[in-house]
Amino acid sequence: MSENNSVVTENLVKQFGGQATEFAGEISVMIAVEKFADAARAIHDEFKFDLMSSMTAVDYWPEENPRFHLVYRFTSIANRQSLNVRVPIAAYAPTAPTLETIYHNANWQEREVFDMFGIQFLGHSDMRRILMPHDWEGHPLRKDYPLGYEEPQFSFNFDEIDVRKPYAKNRRGE
Amino acid sequence: MGLEQKLGNMGVVTARLEDLVNWSRTNAMWPMLFGLACCAIEMMSAQAANYDMSRFGMELMRPSPRQSDLMIVAGRVSRKMAPVLRRLYDQMPDPKWVIAMGDCASCGGVFNNYAVVQGVDEVVPVDVYVAGCPPRPEALIHGVITLHEKVRREKMKDWA
Repeated sequence: MSENNSVVTENLVKQFGGQATEFAGEISVMIAVEKFADAARAIHDEFKFDLMSSMTAVDYWPEENPRFHLVYRFTSIANRQSLNVRVPIAAYAPTAPTLETIYHNANWQEREVFDMFGIQFLGHSDMRRILMPHDWEGHPLRKDYPLGYEEPQFSFNFDEIDVRKPYAKNRRGE
Repeated sequence: MGLEQKLGNMGVVTARLEDLVNWSRTNAMWPMLFGLACCAIEMMSAQAANYDMSRFGMELMRPSPRQSDLMIVAGRVSRKMAPVLRRLYDQMPDPKWVIAMGDCASCGGVFNNYAVVQGVDEVVPVDVYVAGCPPRPEALIHGVITLHEKVRREKMKDWA
Protein backbone atom coordinates (compact mmCIF):
# COMPACT_ATOMS: atom_id res chain seq x y z
CA MET A 1 0.00 0.00 0.00
CA SER A 2 1.54 3.23 -1.09
CA GLU A 3 -0.52 5.70 0.90
CA ASN A 4 0.31 6.50 4.46
CA ASN A 5 -2.30 5.63 7.06
CA SER A 6 -0.86 7.83 9.82
CA VAL A 7 -4.01 9.98 10.00
CA VAL A 8 -6.17 6.95 10.66
CA THR A 9 -3.71 5.67 13.22
CA GLU A 10 -3.66 9.00 15.04
CA ASN A 11 -7.44 9.12 15.14
CA LEU A 12 -7.69 5.58 16.45
CA VAL A 13 -5.16 6.32 19.14
CA LYS A 14 -7.00 9.48 20.12
CA GLN A 15 -10.59 8.20 20.02
CA PHE A 16 -10.19 4.70 21.41
CA GLY A 17 -7.08 5.00 23.54
CA GLY A 18 -5.09 2.83 21.19
CA GLN A 19 -1.39 2.33 21.21
CA ALA A 20 0.55 2.46 17.96
CA THR A 21 3.69 0.50 17.33
CA GLU A 22 5.77 0.44 14.21
CA PHE A 23 7.75 -2.48 12.95
CA ALA A 24 9.42 -2.81 9.55
CA GLY A 25 7.46 0.13 8.21
CA GLU A 26 4.11 -1.37 9.24
CA ILE A 27 2.05 0.34 11.91
CA SER A 28 -0.07 -1.75 14.27
CA VAL A 29 -2.65 -0.23 16.57
CA MET A 30 -3.36 -1.97 19.85
CA ILE A 31 -6.96 -1.48 20.95
CA ALA A 32 -8.51 -2.69 24.20
CA VAL A 33 -11.15 -5.36 23.78
CA GLU A 34 -13.85 -3.28 25.51
CA LYS A 35 -13.52 -0.53 22.92
CA PHE A 36 -12.95 -2.77 19.94
CA ALA A 37 -16.58 -3.06 18.80
CA ASP A 38 -16.90 0.73 18.51
CA ALA A 39 -13.45 1.02 17.00
CA ALA A 40 -14.25 -1.53 14.32
CA ARG A 41 -17.45 0.33 13.50
CA ALA A 42 -15.43 3.53 13.12
CA ILE A 43 -12.78 1.77 11.05
CA HIS A 44 -15.48 0.64 8.65
CA ASP A 45 -17.78 3.68 8.55
CA GLU A 46 -15.54 6.62 9.33
CA PHE A 47 -12.17 5.58 7.92
CA LYS A 48 -13.62 3.67 4.96
CA PHE A 49 -11.83 0.37 5.48
CA ASP A 50 -14.35 -1.62 3.49
CA LEU A 51 -12.52 -4.95 3.59
CA MET A 52 -11.32 -7.17 6.40
CA SER A 53 -8.48 -8.91 4.58
CA SER A 54 -7.71 -11.40 7.28
CA MET A 55 -7.88 -12.11 10.93
CA THR A 56 -6.07 -14.54 13.13
CA ALA A 57 -4.83 -14.86 16.68
CA VAL A 58 -1.56 -15.39 18.51
CA ASP A 59 -1.11 -17.29 21.76
CA TYR A 60 1.56 -15.81 24.06
CA TRP A 61 1.28 -18.57 26.67
CA PRO A 62 2.49 -18.72 29.45
CA GLU A 63 1.70 -15.01 29.70
CA GLU A 64 -1.62 -14.58 31.42
CA ASN A 65 -2.73 -11.04 30.75
CA PRO A 66 -2.86 -10.65 27.87
CA ARG A 67 -2.45 -14.23 26.75
CA PHE A 68 -3.93 -13.87 23.25
CA HIS A 69 -3.72 -11.23 20.60
CA LEU A 70 -6.38 -11.05 17.95
CA VAL A 71 -4.75 -9.76 14.78
CA TYR A 72 -6.88 -8.00 12.20
CA ARG A 73 -5.84 -6.56 8.88
CA PHE A 74 -8.19 -4.10 7.26
CA THR A 75 -7.93 -2.75 3.74
CA SER A 76 -9.40 0.38 2.30
CA ILE A 77 -9.75 -0.11 -1.42
CA ALA A 78 -10.84 3.47 -2.04
CA ASN A 79 -7.98 5.08 -0.10
CA ARG A 80 -5.39 2.39 -0.94
CA GLN A 81 -4.55 1.89 2.69
CA SER A 82 -4.12 -1.03 4.98
CA LEU A 83 -4.31 -1.15 8.74
CA ASN A 84 -3.19 -3.63 11.33
CA VAL A 85 -5.13 -3.85 14.55
CA ARG A 86 -4.26 -6.01 17.53
CA VAL A 87 -6.66 -6.76 20.35
CA PRO A 88 -5.12 -8.22 23.53
CA ILE A 89 -7.24 -10.73 25.41
CA ALA A 90 -6.77 -12.21 28.87
CA ALA A 91 -6.28 -15.91 29.47
CA TYR A 92 -9.36 -16.73 31.53
CA ALA A 93 -12.57 -17.29 29.49
CA PRO A 94 -11.33 -15.33 26.46
CA THR A 95 -14.07 -13.45 24.66
CA ALA A 96 -14.19 -10.76 22.01
CA PRO A 97 -16.97 -8.92 20.19
CA THR A 98 -17.88 -10.31 16.79
CA LEU A 99 -17.33 -8.25 13.64
CA GLU A 100 -19.84 -10.34 11.73
CA THR A 101 -22.38 -7.53 11.39
CA ILE A 102 -19.75 -5.12 10.04
CA TYR A 103 -17.66 -7.46 7.88
CA HIS A 104 -19.63 -10.51 6.76
CA ASN A 105 -16.53 -12.57 6.06
CA ALA A 106 -15.70 -12.38 9.75
CA ASN A 107 -18.21 -15.21 10.28
CA TRP A 108 -15.94 -18.02 9.13
CA GLN A 109 -12.72 -16.33 10.21
CA GLU A 110 -13.98 -16.01 13.75
CA ARG A 111 -15.14 -19.61 13.70
CA GLU A 112 -11.62 -20.62 12.74
CA VAL A 113 -10.10 -18.57 15.56
CA PHE A 114 -12.60 -20.12 17.94
CA ASP A 115 -11.78 -23.59 16.68
CA MET A 116 -8.02 -23.17 16.93
CA PHE A 117 -7.68 -20.88 19.97
CA GLY A 118 -10.95 -21.23 21.89
CA ILE A 119 -11.73 -17.52 21.85
CA GLN A 120 -15.48 -16.97 22.07
CA PHE A 121 -16.98 -14.23 19.91
CA LEU A 122 -19.95 -12.62 21.63
CA GLY A 123 -22.92 -12.05 19.36
CA HIS A 124 -21.70 -14.45 16.69
CA SER A 125 -24.61 -16.15 14.94
CA ASP A 126 -22.99 -19.57 14.48
CA MET A 127 -20.20 -20.21 16.96
CA ARG A 128 -19.25 -23.76 15.92
CA ARG A 129 -16.00 -25.46 14.99
CA ILE A 130 -15.09 -25.03 11.34
CA LEU A 131 -11.92 -27.08 10.73
CA MET A 132 -11.76 -29.79 13.36
CA PRO A 133 -14.41 -32.50 13.80
CA HIS A 134 -17.35 -31.25 15.85
CA ASP A 135 -16.60 -33.61 18.75
CA TRP A 136 -12.95 -32.57 18.99
CA GLU A 137 -11.63 -31.73 22.44
CA GLY A 138 -9.37 -28.76 22.98
CA HIS A 139 -8.08 -26.06 20.69
CA PRO A 140 -5.04 -27.24 18.74
CA LEU A 141 -3.17 -23.98 18.12
CA ARG A 142 -2.99 -23.08 21.81
CA LYS A 143 0.54 -23.32 23.07
CA ASP A 144 -0.46 -25.57 25.97
CA TYR A 145 -2.21 -28.05 23.66
CA PRO A 146 -0.33 -31.38 23.70
CA LEU A 147 1.61 -31.97 20.52
CA GLY A 148 0.31 -35.52 20.23
CA TYR A 149 3.22 -36.80 18.22
CA GLU A 150 3.29 -40.50 17.59
CA GLU A 151 6.54 -42.34 17.95
CA PRO A 152 7.91 -43.23 14.51
CA GLN A 153 8.03 -46.94 13.82
CA PHE A 154 11.48 -48.18 12.81
CA SER A 155 12.74 -51.71 12.49
CA PHE A 156 14.24 -51.71 16.01
CA ASN A 157 10.95 -50.78 17.71
CA PHE A 158 8.57 -52.19 15.13
CA ASP A 159 7.05 -54.91 17.31
CA GLU A 160 6.68 -52.70 20.34
CA ILE A 161 4.62 -50.14 18.43
CA ASP A 162 2.84 -52.72 16.31
CA VAL A 163 1.24 -54.22 19.41
CA ARG A 164 -0.52 -51.04 20.42
CA LYS A 165 -1.31 -49.68 16.96
CA PRO A 166 -5.07 -49.54 16.39
CA TYR A 167 -5.39 -51.55 13.19
CA ALA A 168 -8.75 -51.37 11.43
CA LYS A 169 -10.75 -54.50 10.81
CA ASN A 170 -12.49 -55.55 7.65
CA ARG A 171 -15.96 -55.35 9.08
CA ARG A 172 -17.44 -53.60 12.05
CA GLY A 173 -17.23 -55.46 15.33
CA GLU A 174 -14.97 -58.17 13.98
CA MET B 1 -4.35 -68.88 -30.84
CA GLY B 2 -3.12 -71.82 -28.87
CA LEU B 3 -6.23 -72.07 -26.76
CA GLU B 4 -7.85 -74.29 -29.37
CA GLN B 5 -4.93 -76.68 -29.18
CA LYS B 6 -5.13 -76.84 -25.44
CA LEU B 7 -8.86 -77.51 -25.55
CA GLY B 8 -8.29 -80.46 -27.85
CA ASN B 9 -11.17 -82.41 -29.34
CA MET B 10 -13.22 -82.34 -26.17
CA GLY B 11 -13.47 -78.52 -26.02
CA VAL B 12 -12.88 -78.71 -22.30
CA VAL B 13 -10.19 -77.25 -20.13
CA THR B 14 -9.79 -78.03 -16.48
CA ALA B 15 -8.66 -75.53 -13.90
CA ARG B 16 -8.99 -74.97 -10.20
CA LEU B 17 -11.86 -72.68 -9.29
CA GLU B 18 -9.55 -70.69 -7.02
CA ASP B 19 -7.18 -69.96 -9.88
CA LEU B 20 -9.96 -69.06 -12.25
CA VAL B 21 -11.71 -66.70 -9.85
CA ASN B 22 -8.50 -65.08 -8.71
CA TRP B 23 -7.38 -64.65 -12.31
CA SER B 24 -10.65 -62.96 -13.22
CA ARG B 25 -10.47 -60.75 -10.15
CA THR B 26 -6.98 -59.51 -10.90
CA ASN B 27 -7.75 -58.75 -14.52
CA ALA B 28 -10.77 -56.58 -13.90
CA MET B 29 -9.90 -54.78 -10.70
CA TRP B 30 -11.56 -51.42 -10.78
CA PRO B 31 -10.05 -48.76 -8.53
CA MET B 32 -12.15 -46.10 -6.95
CA LEU B 33 -11.71 -42.64 -8.45
CA PHE B 34 -10.74 -40.37 -5.62
CA GLY B 35 -7.60 -38.62 -4.51
CA LEU B 36 -6.79 -36.88 -1.26
CA ALA B 37 -3.56 -34.99 -1.98
CA CYS B 38 -0.55 -34.74 -4.26
CA CYS B 39 -0.27 -38.55 -4.58
CA ALA B 40 -3.46 -38.36 -6.61
CA ILE B 41 -1.53 -36.52 -9.32
CA GLU B 42 0.82 -39.49 -9.63
CA MET B 43 -2.17 -41.82 -9.60
CA MET B 44 -3.70 -39.89 -12.50
CA SER B 45 -0.38 -40.07 -14.26
CA ALA B 46 -0.30 -43.83 -13.77
CA GLN B 47 -3.70 -43.99 -15.42
CA ALA B 48 -2.83 -41.70 -18.29
CA ALA B 49 -1.14 -42.40 -21.60
CA ASN B 50 2.51 -42.58 -20.52
CA TYR B 51 2.06 -45.34 -17.96
CA ASP B 52 -1.39 -46.64 -18.91
CA MET B 53 -2.56 -48.84 -16.07
CA SER B 54 -5.26 -50.28 -18.33
CA ARG B 55 -2.61 -52.79 -19.38
CA PHE B 56 -3.45 -54.57 -16.13
CA GLY B 57 -7.20 -54.52 -16.61
CA MET B 58 -7.60 -51.38 -14.57
CA GLU B 59 -8.76 -48.94 -17.19
CA LEU B 60 -11.92 -48.06 -15.33
CA MET B 61 -11.65 -45.72 -12.38
CA ARG B 62 -15.11 -45.90 -10.86
CA PRO B 63 -16.35 -42.70 -9.24
CA SER B 64 -18.68 -44.77 -7.09
CA PRO B 65 -17.64 -47.06 -4.21
CA ARG B 66 -20.45 -49.45 -5.13
CA GLN B 67 -18.76 -50.32 -8.42
CA SER B 68 -15.16 -50.54 -7.30
CA ASP B 69 -12.96 -53.34 -5.95
CA LEU B 70 -9.85 -51.41 -5.02
CA MET B 71 -9.42 -48.33 -2.90
CA ILE B 72 -6.19 -46.44 -3.58
CA VAL B 73 -5.75 -44.06 -0.65
CA ALA B 74 -3.69 -41.41 -2.42
CA GLY B 75 -2.67 -38.82 0.13
CA ARG B 76 -2.80 -37.93 3.80
CA VAL B 77 -6.03 -38.63 5.63
CA SER B 78 -7.05 -35.95 8.09
CA ARG B 79 -8.95 -36.88 11.24
CA LYS B 80 -12.01 -35.21 9.80
CA MET B 81 -11.72 -37.17 6.56
CA ALA B 82 -11.24 -40.53 8.29
CA PRO B 83 -14.95 -41.30 8.95
CA VAL B 84 -15.75 -40.40 5.35
CA LEU B 85 -13.02 -42.75 4.11
CA ARG B 86 -14.33 -45.57 6.28
CA ARG B 87 -17.83 -44.94 5.00
CA LEU B 88 -16.64 -45.19 1.41
CA TYR B 89 -14.85 -48.42 2.28
CA ASP B 90 -17.97 -49.86 3.90
CA GLN B 91 -19.97 -49.06 0.78
CA MET B 92 -17.66 -51.07 -1.46
CA PRO B 93 -18.92 -54.58 -2.23
CA ASP B 94 -16.82 -57.58 -1.26
CA PRO B 95 -14.23 -58.61 -2.28
CA LYS B 96 -12.35 -55.37 -1.79
CA TRP B 97 -8.75 -54.34 -1.36
CA VAL B 98 -6.91 -51.25 -0.20
CA ILE B 99 -3.60 -49.80 -1.33
CA ALA B 100 -2.06 -47.14 0.92
CA MET B 101 -0.27 -44.98 -1.60
CA GLY B 102 2.61 -42.88 -0.34
CA ASP B 103 4.18 -42.21 3.04
CA CYS B 104 1.28 -40.16 4.42
CA ALA B 105 -1.31 -42.84 3.82
CA SER B 106 1.06 -45.54 5.06
CA CYS B 107 2.29 -44.00 8.31
CA GLY B 108 1.46 -40.30 8.45
CA GLY B 109 4.62 -39.30 6.61
CA VAL B 110 5.92 -35.88 7.55
CA PHE B 111 2.60 -34.96 9.14
CA ASN B 112 3.22 -36.30 12.62
CA ASN B 113 0.61 -34.08 14.27
CA TYR B 114 -2.88 -33.88 15.69
CA ALA B 115 -4.70 -33.34 12.43
CA VAL B 116 -3.55 -36.30 10.33
CA VAL B 117 -4.25 -40.00 10.83
CA GLN B 118 -0.95 -41.80 11.44
CA GLY B 119 -1.42 -44.42 8.77
CA VAL B 120 -4.68 -45.18 7.06
CA ASP B 121 -4.50 -48.73 8.41
CA GLU B 122 -6.09 -47.30 11.57
CA VAL B 123 -9.23 -46.68 9.54
CA VAL B 124 -9.35 -49.35 6.82
CA PRO B 125 -7.44 -52.65 6.50
CA VAL B 126 -4.56 -52.12 4.08
CA ASP B 127 -3.29 -54.84 1.74
CA VAL B 128 -0.31 -53.13 0.12
CA TYR B 129 1.75 -50.13 1.23
CA VAL B 130 3.52 -48.10 -1.45
CA ALA B 131 6.44 -46.02 -0.21
CA GLY B 132 7.44 -42.69 -1.66
CA CYS B 133 6.63 -39.04 -1.29
CA PRO B 134 4.90 -39.13 -3.66
CA PRO B 135 5.59 -42.54 -5.24
CA ARG B 136 6.25 -42.45 -8.96
CA PRO B 137 3.69 -44.10 -11.24
CA GLU B 138 6.05 -47.06 -11.59
CA ALA B 139 5.94 -47.52 -7.83
CA LEU B 140 2.15 -47.46 -7.81
CA ILE B 141 2.03 -49.95 -10.66
CA HIS B 142 4.45 -52.14 -8.72
CA GLY B 143 2.12 -51.89 -5.75
CA VAL B 144 -0.79 -52.93 -7.92
CA ILE B 145 1.16 -55.88 -9.32
CA THR B 146 2.08 -56.88 -5.77
CA LEU B 147 -1.59 -56.77 -4.86
CA HIS B 148 -2.41 -58.90 -7.89
CA GLU B 149 0.12 -61.49 -6.73
CA LYS B 150 -1.50 -61.45 -3.32
CA VAL B 151 -4.95 -61.92 -4.80
CA ARG B 152 -3.72 -64.80 -6.96
CA ARG B 153 -2.56 -66.58 -3.80
CA GLU B 154 -5.92 -66.23 -2.05
CA LYS B 155 -7.47 -69.49 -0.90
CA MET B 156 -11.06 -70.50 -1.34
CA LYS B 157 -11.37 -71.44 2.34
CA ASP B 158 -10.58 -67.86 3.30
CA TRP B 159 -13.35 -66.37 1.18
CA ALA B 160 -16.12 -65.20 3.39
